[in-house]
Amino acid sequence: MNRYNRHIILSEIGQEGQDKISNARVLVIGAGGLGCPVLQYLTAAGVGAIGVIDFDVVELSNLQRQVLFGTSSLGKNKAIAAKERLQDLNNDISIAAYPEPLTYQNAITLFKQYDIIVDGSDNFETRYLVNDACIITNKPLVFGAIYKFEGQISVFNYHNGPSYRCLFPNPPQKDAVPNCSDIGVLGVLPGIIGSMQANEVLKLILGIGNVLSGKLLCYHALTSQTSTLKINRNETSIQSVLDEQDSFENKQMNIGCEIEVIEVSISEVISEKNVQFIDVRELHEHPKVDHLNVTYIPLSELETSLHKIDLSKKKALFCKSGMRSKHAVRVLQGLNINNCFSIPQGASEINNYLKEHNKIPSNER
Amino acid sequence: MLITIKYFGQIAEVTQKNEEQIEISEGSISELLSTLNTKYSTLKNKDFQIAQNQELVDLDSELTGAEIALLPPFAGG
Repeated sequence: MNRYNRHIILSEIGQEGQDKISNARVLVIGAGGLGCPVLQYLTAAGVGAIGVIDFDVVELSNLQRQVLFGTSSLGKNKAIAAKERLQDLNNDISIAAYPEPLTYQNAITLFKQYDIIVDGSDNFETRYLVNDACIITNKPLVFGAIYKFEGQISVFNYHNGPSYRCLFPNPPQKDAVPNCSDIGVLGVLPGIIGSMQANEVLKLILGIGNVLSGKLLCYHALTSQTSTLKINRNETSIQSVLDEQDSFENKQMNIGCEIEVIEVSISEVISEKNVQFIDVRELHEHPKVDHLNVTYIPLSELETSLHKIDLSKKKALFCKSGMRSKHAVRVLQGLNINNCFSIPQGASEINNYLKEHNKIPSNER
Repeated sequence: MLITIKYFGQIAEVTQKNEEQIEISEGSISELLSTLNTKYSTLKNKDFQIAQNQELVDLDSELTGAEIALLPPFAGG
């Protein structure tokens, strides 16, 4: 029996529709209350390529509503924990976990790799970043947001429809609107709103029904009432985002997501004892750092080479430019391996530093 | 005229109700808003958009509708 039989026997979907689902690429921002049901249903439906980005780790207070996670996920990065659960749910699809914050620097490159973007983030700065990046990359945005017992759903930037800025032109003043972690939320609410977002995604992929473009659906869990409000496209709001697109990647996030420091400079770490230096470049890459006692774990083999990591030591990872090593630190943090840092200088710079300062690490003394 | 006003999210917390009906003379949306600001003193600290008969309107729009909604943004996810 085909896994997707109950889709295929619907005349509105059929094998043709299921093939569209299999060929779709969807990126989900945040694996929290909204992201969990979105990811769960899109994975079950067989969306061919799913990306999930979240820098945060699973906490006990998340389990009341973030239904992809269990007690065994506590402390793990949400993107990685979600991927583990989802891959078990459906191993036929490809799932990419990005255990890092969404920023002005990574958003455009990331969005370009997907057809549809789903916003399940939990703060205004990220929501406006997602909206603006969708305008710049011309991707439809399936929006969902919640407050206590209420939810909002819409599809923005679809076929010249309005964007989030056409509804709310600018972010509210800081701290004016609290989020779930500060004020509480009914656990089932993100389940309802996230499922409605997944429904919009499938309608977009299949081209059936009426997409919630140009409309904001408001749902109240206590009264079971819905209101649908019409939103018009505001050319000025959208044009101002496009006008600033050249400087987009130079902007910096202001939010205090309390991202811990994960970098350490070579000059700092070289004087420390009890450090394991790990080169995460592929084995063929040069120059090697010969003056340090280096463990070689290419990023591509990281998750299958955890036995090479010395848990009793501080881990200092490096690569060519500090990008892959930073990614590797996030992955290791997601797997609950702590005390990992990335050296922002690349291998060549490390060699130059060692040469100039005639340093041999204290490990080798 | 008699209009129904719906309050969402934090706005409903300010007004302590999800909706109400008020009698108001004709005018603009901004005149309605100043009436509400007088009635609910902390409303002016809140960010929200206004919809009239299920369509977003700006403050200069004429008050025509039977139903007004005060809609704040939500951040939660």
